[in-house]
Amino acid sequence: MDIHYTGKDRILLIINYILLGLFVLAILLPLVYVVLSSFLTPNTLITKGFAITSSDWTLTGYAKILSNDAMIRGFFNAIFYSAAFAFATVLFSVLAAYPLAIEGLIGKRPIMIFFLITMFFGGGLIPTYLVIKDLGMLNTVWAIILPGSISVFNIILAKTYFQGLPKELFQAASIDGASELSIFFKIVLPLSKPIIFVLALYAFVGQWNSYFDAMIYLDDPKLFPLQLVLRSILIQNQVQPGMIADALAQAELKKLSEMIKYSAIVISSLPLIVMYPFFQKYFEKGVMVGSIK
Amino acid sequence: MVRNYILYLFLVPSIILTVIFKYVPMYGSIIAFKDFSPRKGILGSEWVGFEHFQRFLSSPNFYDILMNTLKLSAYGLILGFPVPIILALMLNLIRGAKLKKNIQLIVYAPNFISVVVVAGMLFVFLSPTGIVNAMITTFTGKPISFMTDPAYFRTVYILSGIWQTAGWSSIIYVATLANVDPQLHDAATIDGASLMKRILHIDLPALKPVMAVLFILAAGGIMSIGYEKAYLMQTALNTPTSEIIATYVYKVGLQSGDYAYSTAIGLFNSVINVVLLIFVNTVVKRLNEGEGLY
Repeated sequence: MDIHYTGKDRILLIINYILLGLFVLAILLPLVYVVLSSFLTPNTLITKGFAITSSDWTLTGYAKILSNDAMIRGFFNAIFYSAAFAFATVLFSVLAAYPLAIEGLIGKRPIMIFFLITMFFGGGLIPTYLVIKDLGMLNTVWAIILPGSISVFNIILAKTYFQGLPKELFQAASIDGASELSIFFKIVLPLSKPIIFVLALYAFVGQWNSYFDAMIYLDDPKLFPLQLVLRSILIQNQVQPGMIADALAQAELKKLSEMIKYSAIVISSLPLIVMYPFFQKYFEKGVMVGSIK
Repeated sequence: MVRNYILYLFLVPSIILTVIFKYVPMYGSIIAFKDFSPRKGILGSEWVGFEHFQRFLSSPNFYDILMNTLKLSAYGLILGFPVPIILALMLNLIRGAKLKKNIQLIVYAPNFISVVVVAGMLFVFLSPTGIVNAMITTFTGKPISFMTDPAYFRTVYILSGIWQTAGWSSIIYVATLANVDPQLHDAATIDGASLMKRILHIDLPALKPVMAVLFILAAGGIMSIGYEKAYLMQTALNTPTSEIIATYVYKVGLQSGDYAYSTAIGLFNSVINVVLLIFVNTVVKRLNEGEGLY
């Protein structure tokens, strides 16, 4: 398609490229700055600009972070929580969505309404906290994994997907005498890999990045996920014990803690940023499926 | 029907979890009307009617907290809502598919950074000795305390929010634009329409239905703004503008242990939210030829 552009159009296109370029820069610069800073001795960027020599590079920040028990434990806790949360989310969503996608299932409508109500009304922070507390789930991994794993939104996504599968397949299998269970496991699940993958990916990323549930439900630092450890380093300015062992001069200490912050940001964001380009199309798919309702 | 019993079994786990984690807390909200004591339980505690609500409405910081909540979301909506749309229109003008893909890859990226990290970046960038102030000081001579001065909280909150989510929010608009019939554009070009004219008369109208729905949803959620970020960005000094209902609920409820009062405030928040949703939906429906969310 070869569209002929007039002079006015060309000006608009040029302005467009300039504005987009600025936007891209605004997104990229802070990220690049963080990554650069994490490898540089403190304040080098500010004091020397970009006239950086080889002696300015250091891995001290990373060494401190990687030798820190709280960070490492947080990292593995986060992997565990995210994986378990993704598994629970997929399991409960798919199990609930499948029956609701079947035509003519008696009682389907009231059950759907039962789920939908929770989309518009909620118990709020304190009543939910009290339930978790009364169940004895405070300070356990269950408080992180279970409550959020059931979401109407995910059920609707999976239901919409199942409804799009060819009905003839089920009918044929059913005529051949296949039970509901074998239809589900042998026909439906293998065909549902895309939606399972999208649900799992979203759940994993969401859990990886969350801190609030862990903050209110967990007390034991051994159970803290990465984001909660990060919060204490980045926001509360608590340098974890063991990170700065020897008593340095106050100014040195402050510089070192700045460096640790940059390294912590990079290390915590690295897993998602690295995997994200490979999964970009699935993330987009998730948004698109979600918007159909 | 009998053959289907297995299908009903499939539903059981989700129904049980929904009852426990959604319906029981909904029922638990009645402590907003009770003098709740954990020892007596929800049922055993005395009824006090609207006492907690009255206490909140007559408390000296009620007006400030309510206005902070409304302002933060209203400004965020007004400034943030158009950005993804403009971004999508701009992306749509790019001819090279590969270049477009790469730009999208970059502008979506901040969405995958956690809110803790974004708040952390704000603290290191905007601290009195951070990079931003290093630049400001060279020009004006004195640093601005962005994170502790109440005057800057909203600006920093909203701009960083746009930085983080604008790209990601544009996906839906980009996809809608991709579905616009190219023949419309061809026909308009033959008729001598300029690029600007085609954007205004073909692309924008194509986006209108999506815009309406997303606007209603955003406006309906106006009271339930991302308190997780507000809480992270809160410092002892910026509370005059950073204290919103959700952070207040957390502080009163979980930090001070005043469960019933905190629940009442949360309930008050939800009620306003529902009213806003209905109001905005009605208005948008009028403006949008009867097309609303419901």
